[in-house]
Amino acid sequence: MIGLSHYLIISGILFAIGLVGVLRRKNLLMLFFATEIMLNAANVAFAAVSNYYHDLTGQMFAFFIIAVAASEVAVGLGLLIVLYKKFGTLDLDDLASMKG
Amino acid sequence: MYEQIAFYLFSALTVGLFMVTVLSKNILYSMTSLAAGMVLISGFFFLLGADFLGVVQLIVYVGAVMALYAFAMMFFDATRDIKEKNTSSALVFLLGGMAALLLVVVFAAPIMGENIQASYPVIEGVGNAESVGMVLFTKYLVPFEVAAVMLLVAMIAGIILAGKKMDHSLTTVDDPINVQEETK
Repeated sequence: MIGLSHYLIISGILFAIGLVGVLRRKNLLMLFFATEIMLNAANVAFAAVSNYYHDLTGQMFAFFIIAVAASEVAVGLGLLIVLYKKFGTLDLDDLASMKG
Repeated sequence: MYEQIAFYLFSALTVGLFMVTVLSKNILYSMTSLAAGMVLISGFFFLLGADFLGVVQLIVYVGAVMALYAFAMMFFDATRDIKEKNTSSALVFLLGGMAALLLVVVFAAPIMGENIQASYPVIEGVGNAESVGMVLFTKYLVPFEVAAVMLLVAMIAGIILAGKKMDHSLTTVDDPINVQEETK
């Protein structure tokens, strides 16, 4: 039988994949993809907890996470387009202008 | 039985597809595999009895967000492979180790919190979408309205950021920063 731990483990694996993406990739669009993966992993965990404790709060949180993710993508992609128009690249190493 | 088969199938496919997303060198490949992974994540939601959440996932993520990414892809050079150099692997290992520690704490948390009481219990004999609506429009009305305002702000920000100077070509743009870069 599939228990809560199964869902939490798969959500943890997905979150770790997203974290690897955030840590390893240097392209800003790839960072956005990895962030989406992490948000989805959190959503799966929320839905699983909501199902196994018979409580709707987890699903409510997942809805608000989806809303936040949608607005994040809208603003972030606008910023990415402006950055690409200015610098012609999305690589973080090329975009780093503050040499500290 | 079917639940187990579906769970393991969805798990293997999502992990594989998201690995492709994270590790691929081509942005188009990673975007398509991300969209496919989102569809399978909604399969998880249907398995968990959160039907409305699954439908919202399909509409918002696979529909809207992926269309937005595909639209933004027209501005970027998507067919070229990404070249990036990776340094400081020690820092990556340190941060990854700390993240793994946090994940262990997350897994241990439900074992420690056995006596959790449901504050908004699932109503018997009512469909998922109806019970979600009941809770969302009574207990969570203020956050719902705030989320609506946030989406409006995000829409205006997206229009202003992306729509400004839309008629200019990318190659002939004469921003002061580009001029500075050329004179250096």
